[in-house]
Amino acid sequence: MEELRKKARELLERGAVKVVIGYGPGSAARTRAVFVRKPEDADQLILNDQCTQNLSVYLTKPEVKTLGKPAIVAHLAGLRSLVQLAAENQIADGQVLAIGVSPEGKLAELPDLKAVEAYLAGFRFELSPEEKAELDKIERMTAQERWKFWQEQLARCLKCYACRAACPLCYCERCLAGNNQPQWIPVASHQTGNLEWHLIRAMHLAGRCIGCGNCERACPVGIPLSLVTHKLGEEVFKNFGGRPGLSSQQEYALGSWKLEDKENFIG
Amino acid sequence: MAEFQPKIVAFVCNWCTYAGADLAGTSRIKYASNVRIIRLPCTGRIDFMLLLKALDQGADGVIVSGCHPNDCHYTAGNFHARRRWIVFRSLLDFLGLDTRRVHFAWVSAAEGAKWAQLVNSVTEEVQRLGPYHDYQKLAGAGVE
Amino acid sequence: MTIEIKRLKKDSLPRLFAQLQAKGRRILAPHSRAGKTGFEELSSSGQVAQDYLQTTLSPKSAVFPRCEALFRYTFEGKEIKMEEKPEPAPTVVFGLRPCDAASFAVLNAVFSWDYPDALFKSKLEKTALLSISCRQADDYCFCTSVGGGPGDTRGSDILLTEMGSGDYLAEIITDRGRELVQLAPELFQEAPAPGKEKHLAQVPVKFDLKQLQEKLPKVFDSPQLWLEQSLRCLGCGACAFVCPACVCFDLQDEANRQGGVRLRCWDSCGFSLFTLHASGHNPRSLQSQRWRQRLLHKFSYFPDRLQTLGCVGCGRCSRICPADMNLLEHLKTIAEAS
Repeated sequence: MEELRKKARELLERGAVKVVIGYGPGSAARTRAVFVRKPEDADQLILNDQCTQNLSVYLTKPEVKTLGKPAIVAHLAGLRSLVQLAAENQIADGQVLAIGVSPEGKLAELPDLKAVEAYLAGFRFELSPEEKAELDKIERMTAQERWKFWQEQLARCLKCYACRAACPLCYCERCLAGNNQPQWIPVASHQTGNLEWHLIRAMHLAGRCIGCGNCERACPVGIPLSLVTHKLGEEVFKNFGGRPGLSSQQEYALGSWKLEDKENFIG
Repeated sequence: MAEFQPKIVAFVCNWCTYAGADLAGTSRIKYASNVRIIRLPCTGRIDFMLLLKALDQGADGVIVSGCHPNDCHYTAGNFHARRRWIVFRSLLDFLGLDTRRVHFAWVSAAEGAKWAQLVNSVTEEVQRLGPYHDYQKLAGAGVE
Repeated sequence: MTIEIKRLKKDSLPRLFAQLQAKGRRILAPHSRAGKTGFEELSSSGQVAQDYLQTTLSPKSAVFPRCEALFRYTFEGKEIKMEEKPEPAPTVVFGLRPCDAASFAVLNAVFSWDYPDALFKSKLEKTALLSISCRQADDYCFCTSVGGGPGDTRGSDILLTEMGSGDYLAEIITDRGRELVQLAPELFQEAPAPGKEKHLAQVPVKFDLKQLQEKLPKVFDSPQLWLEQSLRCLGCGACAFVCPACVCFDLQDEANRQGGVRLRCWDSCGFSLFTLHASGHNPRSLQSQRWRQRLLHKFSYFPDRLQTLGCVGCGRCSRICPADMNLLEHLKTIAEAS
């Protein structure tokens, strides 16, 4: 933690960045995003087990962008979001300085995309055995059982869009869900609206979502969204290879194609 | 007993499947009349919501069909569509939707007979499965 | 109207539920799903969530549902046939807190403001509030800073306070409360010893409301203040949706060739589209402006125009905020600013 504060202070003092986006103490035992602009405020920064929010979501927020070039404290998920945002031309190379945090808590100053990508290349990104087991549980249900399960889960959805707001990759200023000529995705939080919203959000994230879990943590009613995001990640990997957020040159899986793409259901 | 007549909505591309369906017609091939064809320029234009809206509005089954790979009038539209369907179908399955009711096919402009056969087999299967009550029950559910 | 005090034994709850239901009352009570609690129609008291300090979702859905059909219609040839909406069932909301009970007056103020909202009113007049006072509070609670309290009776028809023995001290506050008692009179027994205060949580006052309200209009034009407060806000609607006093809604028409429905759905001033004009202009295009609006309308505009605060200090918004905005902190900052 002291190392992080020192680094933040130093970056701000020499003007390398205008703001350090990191974690600070929050309510109760929580942490929250802090935007440190003065070197003397660097002591606000903390780093502990509670620091789970993927802060990269703030990189595309308009008012955060007005603060100037940021340094961002990012665990692996945050780094991958950063790379994915770059792949989608939302961040230019050198526009963000990443302070990478390894799973063991070791820091790494990553000044550009090349550095972030090289750093990420040293890690493997597969679902953990627990995550695989959770997916397995759903996949072993019959279709009817899955329908019942998801209908129960989605019945709680309020359409608060916390999942969307918390997602680093949902940065569209005009979300499709907000279009009303026609109202393609129902606004209402009835069963149809809830199902269609989540289906479409999932499809818009397929091949882009890196599984940070911000959405699930943000959901006020506890919908197990990571089941969907993990499933998507696995499907894209299984069928098309590659995982998002590892290379800024990576093609968007659903925006590209290969002659050899295989399926077993098209007649 | 009146047999259940499923409503099948088909999203087809203009250049291949639509022409193929037209050929089935001009060849006077008799086939199930349960399908309602919606013509689009290319399967690449097919939005996921189109399929969901069809189910929403009472379709018991959906057919999506276009040019064979390499034959797309716009070169690659069907390749994009293929990728999307691979992911979409597995997501639909994961959420418990009945993927036996959603059929994908490549039907070329010369395959009038294949079109007829496709419609017949989908109609038969959906007839056997019955009306898609699960999806239709969603309408109005959660509204006070 | 004097408040009668009775005792309701804890083990009478199942019979109370049964009798209320036998007399045609729908009971909404806290129910737990995936670790979150909301008010649902329950058939027995055994389904009521245990150990909740405060529910995740508020009881406003009893009178202001998340998705409500204002009217439905079908087309019959060239005719339009409107469907009759059934009368709302008489309802008892059980297990809400004093802050929640006070929030119904805020909802009512809005729905009576320019004209009485028939649908809301028809539900409100059929809804009885059987609240339970707070033995515990957490750091998010600030009812006492906004004129409420853990044992406040405002808005409740009956207020239950759990005593050491597990039985409830029952305050029968309104005529509606008396009516409820009459549905199961044998369950409401002779009053226990007075002194409900000793069973209540301690909720210290956390900021000076008067100071806050004096300062708010003065800081309207302090863009830096609002920017600082709202930098971490993600712009979702979670706070507005869990808030018992938030009442903004969106109207959605859904129809096809057979007929249609007009739906009233919860909306939030935190959404970027909330104030988007048809021209494309958005008077609150920045999150900081939307945050300012949220605070000001609850603590400044509502008192000015509706003579009621728009917040009851329940703390729900802060508990579920994914960005940990913590409304209370921001209020304190403004109240204490020089």
